[in-house]
Amino acid sequence: MRDVAIIGVGHTKFGRASKTSLELFAEAALRAVDDAGVSLSDIEALFQGAALPGFEEGQVMSAAFSAAELNLGPIPATRYEGACASASVAIRDAAQWVASGEFELVLAGGVEKALLMGTPLATRTFAMACHAPTEGPAGLTFPGVFAMAARRYAKIYDLPLETLREKMAHVSIKNHRHGALNPLAQFYKKMGDLKVEDVINSRMVADPLTLLDCCPFSDGAAALVLCSAELARQYTDEPIYVLGTGQASGTPLAKMEDLTKPVSRITSARMAFKRAGLTPRDIDMVEVHDCFSIAELIALESMGFFAWGEAAEATAAGETEIDGKLPVNMSGGLIGKGHPIGATGASQVYWVVKQMRGDSPKGNQIDPVPEYGITDTLGGDFGTLCHLILGRAKRSS
Amino acid sequence: MSGRTQEEIEKELATQYQVLTYADYEDGLKAGKLLGLRCGSCTKITCNPMPVCQWCGSRILERTELSGDGFLETFTVIRVASEGFESDAPFIPCLVRTREGPCVIGRLEYDTEQATQDLIGKQVKLTGAYTYKGDTYSGGERTCPIFSVVAW
Repeated sequence: MRDVAIIGVGHTKFGRASKTSLELFAEAALRAVDDAGVSLSDIEALFQGAALPGFEEGQVMSAAFSAAELNLGPIPATRYEGACASASVAIRDAAQWVASGEFELVLAGGVEKALLMGTPLATRTFAMACHAPTEGPAGLTFPGVFAMAARRYAKIYDLPLETLREKMAHVSIKNHRHGALNPLAQFYKKMGDLKVEDVINSRMVADPLTLLDCCPFSDGAAALVLCSAELARQYTDEPIYVLGTGQASGTPLAKMEDLTKPVSRITSARMAFKRAGLTPRDIDMVEVHDCFSIAELIALESMGFFAWGEAAEATAAGETEIDGKLPVNMSGGLIGKGHPIGATGASQVYWVVKQMRGDSPKGNQIDPVPEYGITDTLGGDFGTLCHLILGRAKRSS
Repeated sequence: MSGRTQEEIEKELATQYQVLTYADYEDGLKAGKLLGLRCGSCTKITCNPMPVCQWCGSRILERTELSGDGFLETFTVIRVASEGFESDAPFIPCLVRTREGPCVIGRLEYDTEQATQDLIGKQVKLTGAYTYKGDTYSGGERTCPIFSVVAW
């Protein structure tokens, strides 16, 4: 399999968008194409993540219409659906197809208009990524699932729930701090100076998670231009290489062995590390799926960055801050930047690429620029997991 | 003439792949029973139903009834409900580890204002069934178990 590079990235402002999904995706795609210095006619295939377009705008088959919107011609265009991991799965497949030699240059990304739906319908449609037969009638919501995981976490590690809530609050504080510095973020210039009490005392959504433990509903799109590593240098002096990818699937919640140690996430991360020939120690930065504060902690432990039960204390101690041993979610993450679910994986890759180019917003840019980074994207309640490891240099092999 | 007879194809279609369907499972709940499957290979219990054993993947399964007893693994109190569940809030989805082994998702009948962390690990038992009437997207009504705390 050939090496694959990312040569262009594009990202819309996250938040509330008046544009249609087709327009939003087109904007992200055109930004990526301009960034790469390629022309639309160079694109051989489109891989698009979009989780709920049928509910948002009465539109399925969005990938084909996105290709048409950009006048890409009759190229293969496929919509990927892995709930909140839709874009990551699309990008992973795009990279695989380029690696296989089938395509030289492709467009991948994602789009969502979740804020448009309003909270009741958005909550209902997001909950469709729970196991409908068993979790549906129980009335589980996504905050509900992670609230259950948080309680389990506190139980297993013998932490008073109030202590865990305080430690979890630091995830929200950190991610809002960096989201507030990011002009593309939904909460740009907002909530950049939260206190633990603010998080704990905000509106209870699913006990023990409050509104500020949760990411928002968002509209937005992000896109990337990927090509073979041989071709990349023709377009840019700074290609970012896809070094390893992983993907795994989970089960309904009731069939999981342990909500705090999701096998799907462990398996996917290990696959990515193995393919990249790297270990967690090699990684300089992480963009992780912090759909809820507790989710960031579970993710960091599952990926091997912290021992089981230690991410909460490490986060509270600042180890995942910009000057800590492992900066996590310097883009603001889902909590600070917003979470247009079908676009999130592409947004995560966008911000890893920006970090590696030294182009992140001031206050969020890691110094020196990271050599290796990983994205972690979660779909549903651990149903679809995807990891992408990126680097400034090709695999050593 | 090549081709298979319609009768042969119809006969093949008649083979059953589900020993216990969801409809059977939900009917059981409505009758106060927690139905599951016993594996002929590993002897473990599968619940809710699947076409294969949830532990070893074997297809040698027979129906069984679980005791309905178990322990509370975890729960939450939903304050912000999704569309269709607004009038239920606050309510308590829960995860119960049955005495027989598998976990099931259901609802906990308990005072939402008194539901604190020390509930986890408590003994619970099946005391009823909750039927969600369904909405445009749910493919009809759905039923889950209701559990109650039995011992302190």
